[in-house]
Parts: sequence; structure tokens; C-alpha cells
Amino acid sequence: MSGFVTSAVSIFFDGLAYAMLLFVISVGLSITMGLMGFVNLAHGAFAMAGGYVTVACMNMLGVPFIPALVLAFFFVAIMSIPLERLLYAPLYKAGELDQVLMSIGITFMAIAGVTLIFGPNPPAIVLPEFLKGQIDLGFKTFPTYRFFMIVVGFVMAIALWLGFERTIIGAKIRAAVDNRQMAQAVGIDVDKLFILTFALGSGLAGVGGGLAIDIVGISPTFAFNYLVLFLIVVAVGGLGSLRGAFLAAIVLGVIDTAGKYLWPEGGAFFIYVVTVAVLLIRPDGFFGKGASQ
Amino acid sequence: MTGILEVRGLYKSFGALAVTQNVHLTLEAGARHALIGPNGAGKTTLINLMTGVLKPDQGNIFLEQRDVTNMSESGRVKNGLARTFQINQLFRKLTTLENVALSVSERLGKNHVFWSQAWRNSEVLDEAMVLLKRLGLQSDALTVIEELPYGRQRLVEIAITLGLSPKVLLLDEPAAGVPSTETPIILDAVDALGDDIAVLIIEHDMDVVFRFAKSISVLVSGAILTEGTPEEIAENEQVRAVYLGESLDA
Amino acid sequence: MTTKVYDAENPVVFLRDRTRWHWAEALPWIVAVAIFFLQPITLNLGVQILITIIFALSLDLILGYGGVVTLGHAAYFGAGAYVTGMLSAHLGWNEPISGLLAGATVAGAFGFATGWILLRYHGLALLMLTLALGIMMAELANVTEVWTGGFDGLSGIVIDPIFGIFENDLWRRNYYWYSLIATFFVFLACRRIVNSAFGRSLVGIRENTERMRAIGSPVHLRLVTIYTISAFMAGIAGALFAQVNAYVTLDVLSFARSGTILIVLVLGGTGRLYGAFVGALVYILVEDELAKEYPAYWELGLGFVLVLTALFFRQGLLGALESFVRFCKRLKA
Repeated sequence: MSGFVTSAVSIFFDGLAYAMLLFVISVGLSITMGLMGFVNLAHGAFAMAGGYVTVACMNMLGVPFIPALVLAFFFVAIMSIPLERLLYAPLYKAGELDQVLMSIGITFMAIAGVTLIFGPNPPAIVLPEFLKGQIDLGFKTFPTYRFFMIVVGFVMAIALWLGFERTIIGAKIRAAVDNRQMAQAVGIDVDKLFILTFALGSGLAGVGGGLAIDIVGISPTFAFNYLVLFLIVVAVGGLGSLRGAFLAAIVLGVIDTAGKYLWPEGGAFFIYVVTVAVLLIRPDGFFGKGASQ
Repeated sequence: MTGILEVRGLYKSFGALAVTQNVHLTLEAGARHALIGPNGAGKTTLINLMTGVLKPDQGNIFLEQRDVTNMSESGRVKNGLARTFQINQLFRKLTTLENVALSVSERLGKNHVFWSQAWRNSEVLDEAMVLLKRLGLQSDALTVIEELPYGRQRLVEIAITLGLSPKVLLLDEPAAGVPSTETPIILDAVDALGDDIAVLIIEHDMDVVFRFAKSISVLVSGAILTEGTPEEIAENEQVRAVYLGESLDA
Repeated sequence: MTTKVYDAENPVVFLRDRTRWHWAEALPWIVAVAIFFLQPITLNLGVQILITIIFALSLDLILGYGGVVTLGHAAYFGAGAYVTGMLSAHLGWNEPISGLLAGATVAGAFGFATGWILLRYHGLALLMLTLALGIMMAELANVTEVWTGGFDGLSGIVIDPIFGIFENDLWRRNYYWYSLIATFFVFLACRRIVNSAFGRSLVGIRENTERMRAIGSPVHLRLVTIYTISAFMAGIAGALFAQVNAYVTLDVLSFARSGTILIVLVLGGTGRLYGAFVGALVYILVEDELAKEYPAYWELGLGFVLVLTALFFRQGLLGALESFVRFCKRLKA
């Protein structure tokens, strides 16, 4: 097989793994921003927290990788509930500026807290045997963990899609994203829905943080360094849109990987050009509210 | 066709929902015209089309015989078309006097001057103060809007519009939310407008409509059902059926 | 019962004269001069504070007055810094004052071009666009290494003595004055602008854009105008930064810089110009004390203060002070 095709396949493969990581973390942000209209810049901190819960469970308590991810989900999800009630809820009606500041504040505190406990350097974990090594596809080998990441991403996308399309709760969330007042008027308890969705979205970010350890690595500053990427995935995909987040994650993940592969010094430039272009043409993103008009 | 404001064959849809269908409307100078119709008939949409907040799918709008269909919102205001809002749109953190001064200053073309002190020779402020007095708001000149009761805010809404010295004034339910004791102040202010100003009022309160209007259009489902004098409209069976009947049921 | 915030015999005279100079407005300048002579802090730190004040003032024009929330204001700071730096490093344009104005002018022109497009959007889309644009500029500076020096930074900047006399000495004695005078001019311009009818109309746009349109205000044009002025001033801050340090790195365009200036301004108080002074002074001093020795505690404290500010003190330090003074007055009355 020609070198070109091999490169293209491996870019696409790595890009897809990266995209699935972006998706798992961003989807929660998309839903909560779409539902609550809250600019939550602390979402990166939630992911970072999940990463450190995974690290702590594995390295201190000896919990295996997969159960540690599950624990990261629950830890971050449960922790996010009091935050939502005490800090986020009072600002739902406030302007973007107050929301931005408050959530930046949470992020700073989270970074500081994690640095104080775990130190500033990226921690390492030992992956289970079945995720180590490479898978040989004949013409090229690929890291097993990336395969795992892609599978996890797709499984989560399908699970979330089923959850949204086929369950009552999902229908309520969709209704509330679409028109909050109307949802309230027909008797949906929007407050409860907010808590639930926020916890779910934060929990997913937590899992994403755990999954990120072996792909991009985590450190306290992960909370800010990757935040911009999550935000642009959400903005490009369209707030509150599951398939938007999925599509945007793939587009941006693959373009970013390709850019960095083909032009290591300047590759990151591309996704911002793409982002600005998409937002100028479709300010609501691919599938955002109002995008149809 | 000598109307100061003319609407010809206006259409507007949101998706499959046709909110304005072939609307024709002419306001002569000095008109006191009421636009009535059940909720959701498309009355506010029509105002938004006339003022340029929305673009029509089809049809034209003329202001003093000039086609303004593609003119910007601010351009139409400069040419004498002003409106009030159904729900107060005020500068909530500014004082009453500043609210009105902003509109006077905008009309006089002073708001683009960024190098000299605002309203230094007090021409703008004096005129704004005169308007406040006309609406009995002078004692609240330095009150911040958000501290004013809603009924008083409603008066500010009108004062701002008067600050634009409009030739055509579109009033979107000016008395909505105003305690009945204060409605006369609003109506007196409207009555006191010059004979050369055309006024279009959207109103649900039939007492207000019949007291104020010399002519009435009835809008149902985006289309003009009928037009006529208040007496004609009151007698019209169709109107009774779709509109008055409904409001009696409600 | 309505409570009156203001009370005056003649409302017209009151509003007309409200923008007169108050004696307290001499305070920041007295402090600034006193810092030079007493040097309770190094003048180098003083220069940093002054540059931050200019940058925060530029942000206050669009955020505090125009109501535009941006996460990418560093783009214009960086444009000023790089243009002034590159003029010197590549073309040998070493004269400081014209170099500063050239950098600011390019930043202003860039502000006009981007503002014309960006300000058609609002809300979240605008926020995301400013964010993406800001980072795009940083990446652009990174890939145009030939001109900007890329990741290694732009070196080779040589700035002539001001008027051929005042050099950039190691103690920043001359540059402290240079920055202070620049700050003073920028402040005077800002004060004039916000107190003009144009400035009032910006507040109108911030308070209620829809109403401004309905009274015939060309909202987009007004916002583009102030955005351009703001970018020009941010460019002055950036150009000063380049001249003082004789070095420019990608950091001038970073998201962190855009975020920090937002924090500085909001902590000081938006929409009142002096918030920029208070915010810059407090932020830079505390950061200087804490950030190097106890970075984690600095971040913890900063985060905590931000959360408190967003929840309880939305008007910042100056706003809190004003409320306190008003409260005392009411107690007395």
C-alpha cells in the first residue's frame, strides 16, 4: 500500500480516537449549555477532576482501570450537584460575563486544589494488559488503547442517542432545550432536569478526563489548556445538539490531528480557521437552535 | 393614495406559519387608527414589519410615498416612524430623564458626537424635561427606571417615543399593565398629539379603542378581516363572531 | 415608595454637570507620582501596572459601556506589540512614539475590520467567535515565524531614546514616566468619550439594544466605532509592552491574557473607568506578592474571589465601595 494511503489512514485513525475523546468530554457541556444557557468554563476542570479521581483510585487504592473510570463518573457527577445548586443556579438569569467569571473562578480553585494534592506534574497510570500494545491490521499497527477509545466513544454516542430519543427523561430534556418556557408550562420540573443533566454532563466529562490520561495526558492545567477545544466543539456542533457535538468532534478532531501531523509547528492554526469560518456562516453551529432558519 | 404610511400586499411566514397575509393598510396624516384582533392574529408582527425589525417576504411599505421596504430600522425612525413596545423596553439602570434625553439626542443627530461633553448646552435635556412634564413625570426625572412602578414606566415608554417627534406613531398596547387610574394620563398624552401625526394603536381594551379611534382594522390570522369606523365595526357580525365573541368567552 | 438614588433641585443642571471633574479624580495621579519618588514598589512593576491599566481601560470601553463581552481582546494587544516590535526588529523603525502610534493604528485598523464582522453577532456566538479569533491570531503568529519569531519570541527590538534623550534604563525611571503619560492621555480620551453623547448612547446599547434601534440608533456602527477605538488603545498597551521589554512572545496573544484582563477589569468594576485603575493595581500587586512563591494559593484565592464577585459583588471593588458609602449616608440620614 502506498505511503500516502497509509498516512491518511493513520491520521484518520488517530484523529478519530482524539475526536471520540473530545466528544465524550464536550457532549455534556453541549447539553448543559443548550439546556441552561450557561457558559460553563469549568467543564474542563470537571474533566481534569475526573482524570485525577481515576489516577487516585488506581494508584492509591489499587482499583482497576475500568472500575476507576466508573468511579470517576460518579464522583464528578455527585460533586457537581451541590455546585449546580449553590453556584450555578443563582446565575442562570445573569449575563454571560458573570457566568464566565464564576466558572473561571471554579476552574482556578480546582487547578489549585489538585496542584496542592497531586503536584503540578502529569501523573501516570498503568493500563490493564488488554489495552496495552498494538493491534496489527496487516499494513500497519495501531495502539490498542486508541481502538478502545474509538469504541467507547461510539458506544457512548449510541447510548446517549437512545437515552435522548427513547426515554421519557430524554424527551423532557429535548423539550426543555427546545423551549424552556413551554416545557415548564406543560409541567416538566425544569429544576430537577437541570440537576440531572448537569450531573450527567459533568460525570461524562469526568470519564473523559480518565480516558484522556493515556491520550493527551492530564495535569492541573488541563482544565484550561483543553477548555477552548471543548468550547469550540460545542459551538461548532450547536448548543444542546448530540449529533452536532458528535459531528463537530469528528471534524475538529481529525482536522487537528491532520494539521499537527502534516505541519507540526503550525497545525493548530487550522481548527481555529475552520471554527471561525463555521461560526461566521452558521452562528448557531451545525445543528444549533435556530440553525434551520 | 396620499397616506403618510402605506402598507401594500404584505406577506410574512415563519416556516409553515403564515403570520401576515396580504395586508393593506393606509394611515393618513392625523389618523387615529386602531388595529384590533384576537391574540396571535399577528398585530405585533405587523408593527415589526412596518418598523423594519422583520423583513417581509413580499409586499412594500411606504413612508410619505417613499418605498422604505429595504430601509434599516434606524433609517425609518429618522424618517419619522416611531413605535412603543408591548412590553417595556427601557434603559433600566438610567434615570427617567436620561431615557428620554437619549431619544431626543438621537433625533437631533447628537449621539454620534464622541468628542464633546454630552448635552452640554442642555438643549437636549430641556426638551426631554418638557416631555416629562407633559406626561407628569417631572418628579421622577432623576429616578432610576427600575425603581419606578410599572405604570409609570409605561409613561416613560411613550415619552421616549415622543422624543423622536414622529410623523407616524405606532402604539403597541400602550395601556397594558397600567392601573386603570393611570390610563387617562396615557390617553390624554396621545390625544394631545398634533393633528398632523398619524397614530396607529393596538389595544385589547375596547373602551380605549372606541374612545380613541376614528377608524379600525380587524386583523384575524394575519389577514385584514374588515375595516371601518368604530360604529361599523361594532355592528359587524363577522367581527362579533371572531373577535368580540371570543373576548366575551375569555 | 421609590428610593431616589440622586436628588437635585434641577435635574437638568444635575445631569449636565455630573461629568465635571471631582477632586478625588486627582488621586490616582498623585499616587502614581508618589510611587516614582517613594518607590514602595519597583518602577518595573509600576510600568506593568500602567500597561495593564491602559489595556483594562480599552476593555472597559467595549465591555463596561458597549456591553460587549469578549474572550479575545488580547488579539489587539498582541497586534500592537508585534507591529511595534517588528517595525523595529525588521525595518529599523526605532523611534518610540511613532512606533507606538504605528502599532496602535494597525491594532485599531484590525479592530475595525474584525469588529465590523464580529459585532453582527451577539450572545454566545459572539463570545465563541472572539475566543476563536483570539486563539487563531496566536496560532497565526506562531506559524509566521519568519516575521514574528514564532515560539522563540521576537528579539532584536531596539528602541531609540525618547526625544533622543530618555533611554529605557534598567530601573525604568524614564519608561515609568513614558507609560504614565501614555496612561494619562488614554484615560483623558476614554473619559471624554464615555461622557459624550456617543458614550451615553453606548450605555443605551448596553442597557437595551432593541430600544436603541427603535429610537433610530445605528447600533452596529456605534459598536464598531467604539470597538475600533478600544482596539487602538489595546494596541497602545501592547506597543508599550513591546518597547519596555524589547521582546515579544506569543504570550501577548494568549487566551490567558484575554481572560486576565477581563478578570482585572471586573474585579475593579466595569463601566466606571476607575475600575481599571483599582483592578490593575490590586491584581498586579497581589499577583506579584503571591504568584511566584505560592502559585497554588494565589490561584485558589483568585478563584474564590472570582466566584464571590460573580455571585455577590457584580460591580467589583469600586461598586462595593460605592454601595458602602451610600449605605453609610443612609445610616446618617
